[in-house]
Amino acid sequence: MTTATTHEGDHHDHGPATGLMRWVTTTNHKDIGTLYLWLSFIMLLTGGAMAMVIRAELFQPGLQLVEPQFFNSMTTMHGLIMVFGAIMPAFVGLANWLIPMMIGAPDMALPRMNNWSFWILPFAFTMLASTLFMEGGGPAFGWTFYAPLSTTFAPDSTDFFIFAVHMMGISSVMGAINVIATILNMRAPGMTLMKMPLFVWTWLITAYLLIAVMPVLAGAVTMMLTDRHFGTSFFDAAGGGDPVMFQHVFWFFGHPEVYIMILPAFGIISAIIPTFARKPLFGYSSMVYASASIAILSFMVWAHHMFTVGMPVAGELYFMYATVMISVPTGVKIFNWVTTMWRGSMTFETPMLFAIGFVVMFTIGGFSGLMLGVAPVDTQYHDTYFVVAHFHYVLVTGALYSIIAAFYYWVPKWTGHMYDETLGKIHFWWSTIAVNVLFFPQHFLGLAGMPRRIPDYSVQFSEFNMISSLGGFAFGLAQVFFLYIVIKTIKGGEKATDIVWEGATGLEFEQLASPAPYHSFNTAPEIK
Amino acid sequence: MSAAADSYYVPHGTKWPIIGSIGLSTTVIGFANYLHGSSFIMTGIGLAIVIFMMYGWFGQVVNESMNGMYNAQVDMSFRWGMGWFIFSEVMFFAAFFGALFYARAFSIPWLDGASNNADTAKLLWPNFEAAWPLIQMPLTEKFDVAKHAMGAWGLPAINTLVLLTSGVTVTWAHHALKKNNRNHLVMGLALTVALGFLFVGLQAWEYSHAYNELNLKMSSGIYGSTFYLLTGFHGFHVTMGATMLLIILIRSIKGHFTPENHFAFEAVAWYWHFVDVVWLGLFIFVYWI
Repeated sequence: MTTATTHEGDHHDHGPATGLMRWVTTTNHKDIGTLYLWLSFIMLLTGGAMAMVIRAELFQPGLQLVEPQFFNSMTTMHGLIMVFGAIMPAFVGLANWLIPMMIGAPDMALPRMNNWSFWILPFAFTMLASTLFMEGGGPAFGWTFYAPLSTTFAPDSTDFFIFAVHMMGISSVMGAINVIATILNMRAPGMTLMKMPLFVWTWLITAYLLIAVMPVLAGAVTMMLTDRHFGTSFFDAAGGGDPVMFQHVFWFFGHPEVYIMILPAFGIISAIIPTFARKPLFGYSSMVYASASIAILSFMVWAHHMFTVGMPVAGELYFMYATVMISVPTGVKIFNWVTTMWRGSMTFETPMLFAIGFVVMFTIGGFSGLMLGVAPVDTQYHDTYFVVAHFHYVLVTGALYSIIAAFYYWVPKWTGHMYDETLGKIHFWWSTIAVNVLFFPQHFLGLAGMPRRIPDYSVQFSEFNMISSLGGFAFGLAQVFFLYIVIKTIKGGEKATDIVWEGATGLEFEQLASPAPYHSFNTAPEIK
Repeated sequence: MSAAADSYYVPHGTKWPIIGSIGLSTTVIGFANYLHGSSFIMTGIGLAIVIFMMYGWFGQVVNESMNGMYNAQVDMSFRWGMGWFIFSEVMFFAAFFGALFYARAFSIPWLDGASNNADTAKLLWPNFEAAWPLIQMPLTEKFDVAKHAMGAWGLPAINTLVLLTSGVTVTWAHHALKKNNRNHLVMGLALTVALGFLFVGLQAWEYSHAYNELNLKMSSGIYGSTFYLLTGFHGFHVTMGATMLLIILIRSIKGHFTPENHFAFEAVAWYWHFVDVVWLGLFIFVYWI
């Protein structure tokens, strides 16, 4: 096997190629990370624009701006684009940028496949977005695409949606395989598992979840496809199937998916808080075990999304108890973050503000989740704005806040420039006030019985909806402001030091320059 | 790059992924249009692009491997990659097995009034009786009713033997490779490939029997749905696996692989054992009990 050596050019020590083809053909983890992050930002603004349509229509009772069918398309596409286009690719982009630097690797383990996992996505999302312009309109059955809305009663464009989901699944699975291979195989000597930064740990667990459940989603949409076109009756009671079975298959994917969108966030927060509290993370190993427990539990709680579907009582009880158990490892994490801050020498730079915002508001979302997890109570809250408020607290002020925090925390390492601290703080306070004006009143709307996914509402809900919409517009605008900050930071700014933050730890800060060189570690670093 | 047993090979630039994405998109857009009445041409073109991409991409990896550019660490990345890929395939099949178990354990008894559904069943489907395999559906006239279910002890049992035997022959080939016995390696692989395609042929024969004589179709209710999707996806995977084995056979004849270094062979063997195990699940739960 070691007979010959080839010389495909001298591969070491030269920078990236130039022009568009650099980005199309790149195998560099930093380039691919950047591609993922930009795709994610574009999707955030696209999905955000759809949210603005929703909030504009709900500004007042009655039908003002859009047709109900289009409104339904907006809620559907907003959900799909934010989940699959904004949050997940952002975390994969961060994984690409950070994991090789954090574990002392030269690059991701499978660099060509890394390119493919990214380059499937623009095609998939173009296909998904194009459904809006097709005859019969885009998918309008909600991001959960329950049968028979998505089978018997769906528009023709649904088939493009199905294949878009297949492609996203292929991309996610390849990305996850790459992350696992990188973490398990590419660590520098001495970087034992229990020395890995928590972001690496949480991504390892996330990648496992992705590989376990994305194929199940692919199975679900495949059954949809055959039900629609090939006469099968998986979700048709007339043939012995069951539309409720769709919900089981979907949520078997869907619940772990929720943790796919929050575990990397836990890793980010666990990196930022110790830096700005200037103390090591409290309870590192309990964080690892808590993350793993959350992952295991995530496979056993899916039917709490279906409490009102008519399950046997034994099923409701089991899923209720299992669900509430998740609050134990999650509570461990919140406790550890708070305890890390306890008696720390804290400073409040922008990443820390977003991290603390995360801890506070994710906890609010967690508590409303507990309420929803209690089956008899959920009977009232189910499919109301209370649910909308709950998952936006965990996904916007949770997942999205952690991504924004990660940007501010690591962007000096990526670009070599500090962001503008004043603008960052404005971004935080603007977003945080707006997001609470946006989502907090939705709790009240839901408790009062306003159903989700309906373009019109009864007049007693007017005030809270108007307040919520105003908060929504302000929050949307804040993210356009964020785009300005991002571009400004890339173009220039105060030069960042190598360590960047006084209290920063980890290989990417301690052993790499700012900006990090194109190839991080050609020789493995020493791990103390 | 120097031939580097000591440094991890990071390739620079690749055109294959973007070709793959174009091929994949062409395939699925073409297929979605085909489902709404267009011709199959676009799907065919897309598939051709995907196959071209796989040929080029794998070809490049084979060349790099033959030129000694991969050290032991790269080899390990491939091992993790293949292992987790197979796990993802397991979960894909799990979705369809889940549908099968759900239908058998819950939806069919419930349609017959089990649990708290007695009144609903009486009202909606008074004549329906739960059974498995389900031949008479709740709303029979909407579907193609099969004459009877597919038995286990004819072709399916023979196919089980075929596939299990192929698992033995591929192991024989592996042992031969490790002892550097090229004749036995080629013979074992050739037998495995032959058994693999024999399985696919028998399965096709069984399908024609089911379709024409038993009137068992995808549109025969949940039994036909689970039967065809589970065995169909499995058959597709066997075809892929046998094709991969064929490529490994050709490479073995060309003299590729050494007793120490032959991960491509092992990856395909793992995959082959995976389709074998899935078949055992199918034989037990789809055909037998």
